Amino acid sequence: MSLTTAHSVVAPSANSKRIAGAIIIAYALVSIVPLLWIFATSFKTPPDSIAYPPKIVFQPSIEGYCNLFTTRTRQTPEYINSLGPATGFCDETVRKRNMVIAGPSNFLPRFVNSLIIAFGSTFCAVFLGTLSAYGFSRFKVPLADDLLFFILSTRFMPPIAVAIPIYLMYRELGLSDTALGMILLYTAVNVSLAVWLLKGFIDEIPREYEEAAMIDGYTRLQAFWRTVLPQATTGIAATAIFCLIFAWNEYAFAALLTSGTAQTAPPFIPTIIGEGGQDWPAVAAGTTIFLVPILVFTILLRKQLLRGITFGAVRK
Amino acid sequence: MLNRTAETVARATPEPLARKVRGISDKGLAWLFISPTILLLLAINIFPLFWAIYLSFTNYRANRPNEVVKNLGFANYQRILGDQDIWIAMQTTAHFVFWTILLQTLIGFTLAWLIDRKFRGHAFWTTLILVPMMLSPAVVGNFWRFLYEPQIGLFSYVISFASGIPPTSIQMLSNVSLAPWSIIIVDTWMWTPYVMLICLAGLRSIPEYIYEAAEVDRASNWRQFWSITLPMALPFIMLAVLFRGIENFKMFDMVNLLTGGGPGSTTEVASITLKRQAFESWRTGYSSAFAIILFVAVFGLANIYVKALNKVKQR
Repeated sequence: MSLTTAHSVVAPSANSKRIAGAIIIAYALVSIVPLLWIFATSFKTPPDSIAYPPKIVFQPSIEGYCNLFTTRTRQTPEYINSLGPATGFCDETVRKRNMVIAGPSNFLPRFVNSLIIAFGSTFCAVFLGTLSAYGFSRFKVPLADDLLFFILSTRFMPPIAVAIPIYLMYRELGLSDTALGMILLYTAVNVSLAVWLLKGFIDEIPREYEEAAMIDGYTRLQAFWRTVLPQATTGIAATAIFCLIFAWNEYAFAALLTSGTAQTAPPFIPTIIGEGGQDWPAVAAGTTIFLVPILVFTILLRKQLLRGITFGAVRK
Repeated sequence: MLNRTAETVARATPEPLARKVRGISDKGLAWLFISPTILLLLAINIFPLFWAIYLSFTNYRANRPNEVVKNLGFANYQRILGDQDIWIAMQTTAHFVFWTILLQTLIGFTLAWLIDRKFRGHAFWTTLILVPMMLSPAVVGNFWRFLYEPQIGLFSYVISFASGIPPTSIQMLSNVSLAPWSIIIVDTWMWTPYVMLICLAGLRSIPEYIYEAAEVDRASNWRQFWSITLPMALPFIMLAVLFRGIENFKMFDMVNLLTGGGPGSTTEVASITLKRQAFESWRTGYSSAFAIILFVAVFGLANIYVKALNKVKQR
């Protein structure tokens, strides 16, 4: 935008800008309220979280986080008094509710599963995707358009429909409820996105660089490694983050194909219950911890977002 | 130009020499690079698909693997087309898809049109608006259950505060006529930013000189909107509509956690029916047939989608 636009006949007037700004800011604030509410609830005590009317001002507490990471058992006051002094804030909070910490909860292992599966599948998808994207971008592949459509179309399959045969196949192969099985599955789903996005990024790198390198005596492979890859780093990083977000957020496959050792956080968080129903501060604490990485990634990605969600079709 | 020269030179080079210089031939390298992806997709997507097609012709039940499997021919398909529950599920899905897309397109386009005024700080507020669509529909959908709780839930409280309806009677998730709207509201909240982002790209792709020419011709703002802005942004709007259509047609996670298809089966969209048949009633053969029918429907939509993608790309 140059300075002359201020005098352009088509530039929006100052007044219309002000009204547009006010509406957008109002929408942004309203749409962010549910997320702020999750954050606030994670710092409430269980009684505060279910108060009527809903409490906006409250005494912050980390009880939700304590409950998220521990399992507790109810005990008699006499028993609790017979124990030694409390060993930390969580211990103290829990004892006030006539309970003692029985051990760690499953949240941490589920969170670690999410990390392993998300990073593992992202690495594989980006690795395979980069190779294929380069292949499609630089070589004359027979039926290239059909292959690309085939690759993309696998992304559109309804997850439950895919899950039925996968469930049977994994049962036969012993891959049910294993991290390896989930990594394979998420790689297959993500590789389509990776190929389409990376093909766009690699198409933008001029072929002349490789050709110059090959004239200098590099083989095709060396030219790919030394000239194309370094220039595609931004694209590869953006693609990796998109794959990571998908694998991190995925619920349907995880809920149907994992139940114990390989369960990820999304199917686990809704199952966090306290005494007499859902322990909302603990659920909110789990949700907050789970969402924070995505918020960071969204900010990192904001320039590539449009490209990522349209499979590379729309570029700014 | 340079490309063509390089190719001519390459073709002029005798074959054995070319191979020596380049190591692996280009053709070999292309297949070496592409085949792992194709193989993975064949193993994880296509092989299971064929298995599902086979199962759809049988009475197989995954919870009784040792029972003799009988071939039923097209009986499963015939039963699905005559099954009242399936038709109700399809209607529920259609209702969900129609309203979410209508609301998201209207709100999304309006937001994009306003952001395109480029007021001060628009980049920051745009990023803030985009946040909901990046989050896990399952984890966020689960939390909306809390917001929808009668009385104690923030959503119910705000609605009762604004409308004066007693807070106990706002039962978003357990009222038969409100439950379908509860999932539409969450989906619209989550995915309006998606439509907005694509519409914004559409609006920004319209060159300014067209508006300048219209201004010279003294076309009214209203006229400019209908004959320039809307038609030129239309391919982008279509792209967003198609993508949301496909995604919402197969919607599972958010609905499963928010209502689980209930109360009764008022919010039982196609994917929920499929899950109930396949993983609760264990009618594997029957549900495979339903899965195949859904496949074909989504494939048809995906085909249109890819054509639309290519059209937008040409711009």
